[in-house]
Amino acid sequence: MPKVTWILHDGRSISAEVAAGHNLMEAAVANNVPDVIGECGGCLSCATCHVYVDAAWHEKTGGPGDMEGEMLEITTAERRPMSRLSCQIKASEELDGIVLHVPHV
Amino acid sequence: MADPIVIVGAGQAGAALAAKLRALGYSGPLALVGEEPVLPYQRPPLSKKYVSRELEFDRLLVRPPAWYGEQKIDLHLGSPVAALNPADKTIALRNGTMLRYAKLALTAGARPRRLPAEIGGDLAGVFTIRSVADADAIAPLLEPGKRMLVIGGGYIGLEAASVARTKGMEVTIIEVAERILQRVAAPPTADYFRALHRNHGVTILESTALARLTGAGGRLAGAALKDGTHLPADLAIVGIGILPNDDLARAAGLAVDSGIVVDGQCRTSAPDIYAAGDCARFPWRGEPTRLESVQNAIDQAEHAAATMFGEQRVYDPVPWFWSDQYDIKLQIAGLNRGYTDCVVRPGKRAGSASVWYYRADTLIAVDAMNDALSYGIAKKVLEAGRSIPKTTAADAAADLKPFLTAN
Repeated sequence: MPKVTWILHDGRSISAEVAAGHNLMEAAVANNVPDVIGECGGCLSCATCHVYVDAAWHEKTGGPGDMEGEMLEITTAERRPMSRLSCQIKASEELDGIVLHVPHV
Repeated sequence: MADPIVIVGAGQAGAALAAKLRALGYSGPLALVGEEPVLPYQRPPLSKKYVSRELEFDRLLVRPPAWYGEQKIDLHLGSPVAALNPADKTIALRNGTMLRYAKLALTAGARPRRLPAEIGGDLAGVFTIRSVADADAIAPLLEPGKRMLVIGGGYIGLEAASVARTKGMEVTIIEVAERILQRVAAPPTADYFRALHRNHGVTILESTALARLTGAGGRLAGAALKDGTHLPADLAIVGIGILPNDDLARAAGLAVDSGIVVDGQCRTSAPDIYAAGDCARFPWRGEPTRLESVQNAIDQAEHAAATMFGEQRVYDPVPWFWSDQYDIKLQIAGLNRGYTDCVVRPGKRAGSASVWYYRADTLIAVDAMNDALSYGIAKKVLEAGRSIPKTTAADAAADLKPFLTAN
């Protein structure tokens, strides 16, 4: 299974294997990653699963979709070029090893 | 903090309350009591991707199973409560277990309003959608060519219609009011969803009263309308609202008024008993209010937990909601109660639009259809206690982003 690493604002990191096809918000919640809340369950209505994709992985994840990009206007932490809503990124073999930086909210 | 703490109601509110108590540092005994035999799960997908079998149950869980053990949460699932006794601070479960509490939270949620048995409400083939058991019963019946009746043109009914139509069923929605979404949205939003469903081949009958559901051998046969028409059907979904689960509180002598009455800090009329989520009626913007939403379930539950820890703030949310139908995402920010006017803002992409609700000249809510930017801006503006002029909102060419920052 693809491995995902979340680096928290205080430098701690959490890694987990995530079933391919599951999105990285639900994976974060399942692994008790703080500051990834996912209040709307992944339907692009709360922007509480905001992460910064590590620069090394940005090309593989690509940028946000249309509506996702609009929701990124209202994140609590500042929007950056690597900002994504993690509910819109699905675990896959291609993303095995991906690193996400979690802003403190 | 005095212990133990007991939470009655193991839905999203109950799970959020438990998590918040632990996050705040409460390390004492914590029991979570639920009537359903399963761990807390997200209900919104039930009428969407769960009933359509695009999501498995495990993916609806609010927290993974191991979390409850890690957090030392004592689960009592499949355990209806028989009685609450505020005088001696105990809860009696129907299975005979007695739980003592120092503080108690009621997050018992709501149950669907049903059609009375006298008019066919208990026929086999007639369903509501509230629990995973409901959705599990409905899912195998969503077969192409079968006929589904939806009683009630609210969001749950429209979502069910969307799933059924996508599966190739023949769908008819019966709404007694003059239009769908009468209770929850303005005419432009209703017009939008009426057109959406009709374009997908759903029949919508508004101003149409049901006389009774008809049956044969105890099984649904169809619907007899008051105008004498009979509509044959294989399946009926009843989506005519929900009722707060306040019976336990009422029987225990707590103040109840179509919901458990709480103050702005989630405190009921009884000492050390709190309530949050769908079952609670709280003062909001000058009126007793009950919100039926995930946002309120989570935020009010967290607020109740904070109150237990001495937080003095009053719960004052900007409500938000969502619905998914076909390829349309509806996002709602605010509450349109008491609106006096609304304007429509055309969206940037095909089929997108937003409806902006005003009380006099103050923005109070927005329904956004495939227009996350309007939703997002409205949510932020409402949270900041600001407004956007009607003429600006209605002008598709006007940039609303400047309103995100105070000026």
